[in-house]
Amino acid sequence: MLNKKLNLNPKIFDKDVEQVPTRFGYGEGLVELGKINPNVIALTGDLSASTRVDAFGKAYPERFIECGIAEQNMMGIAAGLALSGKIPFVASYAVFVPGRCWDQLRVSVCYSNANVKVAGAHAGISVGPDGATHQALEDIASVRAIPNLTIIVPCDSIETKKATIAAANIKGPVYFRFTREKTPVITTDKTPFKVGQAEILHEGKDASIIVCGPLVYQSLIAADKLAQEGIKVRVINNHTIKPLDEKTIIAAAKETGAIVTVEEHQITGGLRGAIAECVTANHPVPIEAVGMPNCFGESGQPDELLEKYGMTAREIVKACKRVIKRKKSS
Amino acid sequence: MPFLTDKEIKKLEKTACEVRQDIIKMLLAANSGHSAGPLGSADIFTALYFAVMNIDPKKPDWPDRDRLVLSAGHYAPVLYAALAHRGYFPKVELTTLRKINSRLQGHPHNQALPGIDNSSGPLGQGISQALGIAMAGKIDKKRYHAFCFMGDGEQDEGQVWEAVMFAGKNKLNNLINIIDRNNIQIDGFTEDVMPLEPLKDKYESFGWHTIDVDGNNICEIIDACNKAKAINEKPTVLICHTIPGKGVEFMEEKFEWHGVPPNKEQAKDALHQLRTLGGRIRGEHE
Repeated sequence: MLNKKLNLNPKIFDKDVEQVPTRFGYGEGLVELGKINPNVIALTGDLSASTRVDAFGKAYPERFIECGIAEQNMMGIAAGLALSGKIPFVASYAVFVPGRCWDQLRVSVCYSNANVKVAGAHAGISVGPDGATHQALEDIASVRAIPNLTIIVPCDSIETKKATIAAANIKGPVYFRFTREKTPVITTDKTPFKVGQAEILHEGKDASIIVCGPLVYQSLIAADKLAQEGIKVRVINNHTIKPLDEKTIIAAAKETGAIVTVEEHQITGGLRGAIAECVTANHPVPIEAVGMPNCFGESGQPDELLEKYGMTAREIVKACKRVIKRKKSS
Repeated sequence: MPFLTDKEIKKLEKTACEVRQDIIKMLLAANSGHSAGPLGSADIFTALYFAVMNIDPKKPDWPDRDRLVLSAGHYAPVLYAALAHRGYFPKVELTTLRKINSRLQGHPHNQALPGIDNSSGPLGQGISQALGIAMAGKIDKKRYHAFCFMGDGEQDEGQVWEAVMFAGKNKLNNLINIIDRNNIQIDGFTEDVMPLEPLKDKYESFGWHTIDVDGNNICEIIDACNKAKAINEKPTVLICHTIPGKGVEFMEEKFEWHGVPPNKEQAKDALHQLRTLGGRIRGEHE
């Protein structure tokens, strides 16, 4: 049963559900922030159109900084701007930022608790034809261990816009992760969004699907399919990986006794890592994972790749059945 | 900066000598840390904190202040000594360097101590932060200068040249980069490890104004900083030629002293030299 209180997209299960890339919400959020906060600055490393910051650049050219193809320097410039009272938003592809500037993110930004917002676009295997080099599948794991950093993985363009605007009000560094492809719009302007608060989109007690990013949609489809077989699963949109909403996660472990994590990321160190750490420390239950099985991707169409590497509603259904079996046998 | 009298110059040189003595005491107490660079650059830090920079120790977060971004974080001892002498925190704290619960971290942390404008350690990162500070100054139409202090070995880092290119493109005339050209790094002489020359030509070709400076001559450092402030068209780099380990004879020009502290006997000898000879710095101007 979909949680009616969340005002999700009423056309969510229609065949012609509106599809928008999550990154579009970043561009829109930035322009809106530019209007209300004169300290907001956007930085780009020669990727202003695909990271959607070009609209901000047109609206506020004096607060738009083109850094060229130099991500380490861009991250450092952002740190310096933040140390001078600005709220810089750095955007690139996730394989480059944080991929090529992890040390700068760690020392120049996070150690100083500098107020820098970092956007990693084109994350996940759904980048498609560009192949493994451009498919960021390790970014969450690589930044999750850095203190002071907030990590948000929005599920659709509307949530991305909300996250972008909310980030400006967080004092300290934030990492957001976006995808390239059009994905279904799950939420609406009226859906609540609070950094650090996971939302229960679908109620059930047999197992919990804890998911981040656009795969929230596949998780809802899976929950619907399972419901038709009489299996009721809870679907939790865990958009904030850090700080983790431990209360909601522990409640899911206690109340459903089985968890499936779903992410477009390696199954080590990302969402699954965060959930497993929380659950094993508080209320151990069986956990199954849907995600990249510890290998590099390859070229292909996004849907082909998601299919080949097992990040589909069908695989989520299977994982739910596996975890429920484990729950019952334990 | 108005013209300095001989008396004022002597006073600055005395301060630099005291800073050097404190560096020796700090390194001895810590039993780890870098000797050569901090001693060699004591004149630069003294010039910056006592004659060049527009700062107020009572207001370390004053938005209009000049900033010093320490890019080469291992120079922390000389920065701490200069800050303590300038009144940012009590001098007695200096010998807590690198010890547990100290505000004086082995490499500077801007959240730990007043007067520290950035956190640094991994090389090449400070110059980019200085660009950000300079850009913020431009956006806000503020008149402060962003000073950056770098080691010469640090120029090996690729990030440095990303930053140098950016500064040239944006004509950041409010940025003054100071390189401690002491010719040594951990593994040996810079020209053996990874040749930097012609360093001046490199910066010039990236659109910078360059000035060669005797980095152990306080007057010359102050003079060069004032010239740099007057250059309106581009960023300026001061290539400060210094003697690593300056003031302590057995450390001077020896790369072996890059990353090690003196032992008790060596410290005693070093302090004796600095106290009696004025580190020989005074002699050079007399």
